[in-house]
Amino acid sequence: MIAFGTRGGETRRGGADRRVLDEAGTLRAMTWVMAIMLFLTLLAAAAGLGTRQAATALERQLAGRMTVQVVEGSPAKRDTIAAQMVAALKALPQVRRVMPVDRAELTRLLAPWLGAAGADADLPMPAMIDVDLIADADPAAVVAAVRRIDAASRVDRHASWMSPVSGLMATVTWLAFGLVALMLSATAAVVVLAARAGLETHRATIEIMHMLGSTDVQVARLFQRRIARDAALGAIGGGVLAMGVLALVAARVAAVGSDLLGSATLAPADWTILLLLPVAFVLLATLAARIAVLAALRKTL
Amino acid sequence: MANIVQFENVGLRYGTGPETLSDISFTLGSGAFYFLTGASGAGKTSLLKLLYLAQRPSRGIIRLFGEDAVTMPRGRLPGFRRRIGVVFQDFRLVPHLSAWDNIALPLRVAGMPEEDLEQPVREMLAWVGLGERAGAKPATLSGGEQQRVAIARAVIGRPEILVADEPTGNVDPDMADRLIHLFDSLNRLGTTVVVATHDFQLLARVPGAQMMRLDKGRLLDPTGALRYPPPPRGES
Repeated sequence: MIAFGTRGGETRRGGADRRVLDEAGTLRAMTWVMAIMLFLTLLAAAAGLGTRQAATALERQLAGRMTVQVVEGSPAKRDTIAAQMVAALKALPQVRRVMPVDRAELTRLLAPWLGAAGADADLPMPAMIDVDLIADADPAAVVAAVRRIDAASRVDRHASWMSPVSGLMATVTWLAFGLVALMLSATAAVVVLAARAGLETHRATIEIMHMLGSTDVQVARLFQRRIARDAALGAIGGGVLAMGVLALVAARVAAVGSDLLGSATLAPADWTILLLLPVAFVLLATLAARIAVLAALRKTL
Repeated sequence: MANIVQFENVGLRYGTGPETLSDISFTLGSGAFYFLTGASGAGKTSLLKLLYLAQRPSRGIIRLFGEDAVTMPRGRLPGFRRRIGVVFQDFRLVPHLSAWDNIALPLRVAGMPEEDLEQPVREMLAWVGLGERAGAKPATLSGGEQQRVAIARAVIGRPEILVADEPTGNVDPDMADRLIHLFDSLNRLGTTVVVATHDFQLLARVPGAQMMRLDKGRLLDPTGALRYPPPPRGES
């Protein structure tokens, strides 16, 4: 690779970092653009990864949980059916835990709506049985067992209650990942535009380089190196800022105390992705610059 | 004397305009010194551009170092350009680089390690009399000094052909003498030199040099043969 830089220690040659392409300043606009783009990309990626974690946790919690409702009007018959159900469900290999919800608990749950009337023994309330399945068990066996004992009883799968929430979280997740893809595309586009503008700015120097026998790859390297440096500086700035914001948001979420929000944490693999994003960012910018410059130079002699 | 450049019925047209150069045929012998003369607008610069591969002809055949330069793939051009030194009338130095860095540029392009640059660049600076101006930027150099930096840059890679477009156009007569002397001394080392000029007085300063006369895009010699009253160098 051509250095195009003078050796250090001799001031007459203008310092060790002299470049063939004129340096307009040590911190160019490109660095700021890269920092902002990476900052937004990291936030979007973190949002997507966190939401995905929350959705996974929610699904894991609800997928194997269901409630059986015995809706028999006669209290005695209802209790008999409920007892049969508990016994039958406990015998199923797919079932991890069977827990009848006692009348006092039901009364407590209904108190906000029924008040003291909920405690009336004559009030017809269904018998309810919470059932937890073992991991990845087929809930159809539970439904079949319930139907065999009492066809009128209902089986509510908790996952189905939360499906709109899961759907929303999946949408948010994909939206965030879509934003990441858009940000990366926009970054590549910005780099291509910057490279083209740079070629125009340095047209005279590039013509000289060509006349001296420079290859396109040698010229492209000048731009690659310059844009890689800008992108790296921007990635460091944007990355540090994004990590700070994420830490702040994490602290706020923890303070809310919500189970759902609390499950939106980042796994080690997610942190690895976030840490690799700046590297990918710099590589993308470098590659985009190389492709743009080589494509433009191919149109010249 | 082997021919290192051969033009056959070469024509050059920019876009859809008229031909700037028409039916150009000549050969350049290795180690010879040529003046390309003609009035402004005669096509000297266009002919030189074909010679240093900045332009492809619209028609005709150009053979450079024994190879077809017209159909040569673009990727091979840099290798050939490194064998040709070019001195532009407007110098075309990189403005933010020092004289030292401008002169070192061809060697860096050729991949010479940084640690090997010092000696040839220092020698070249001394050769053009700018040993004390190594760190100066082009903007701080006089026209003559800039031209000498341009010459040093053109010859530091030991090109087989040196092409100079009106190299004395922006300098005083004394400096013109010094520049022509530099070209002559380079030619004595074996480099083929082609100098475009409309200053006929220069021709007398290089005894034995040959001349190509261009007029309205055509070589005046109908056969395309090069001629000049004094016999070519090395001939009686």
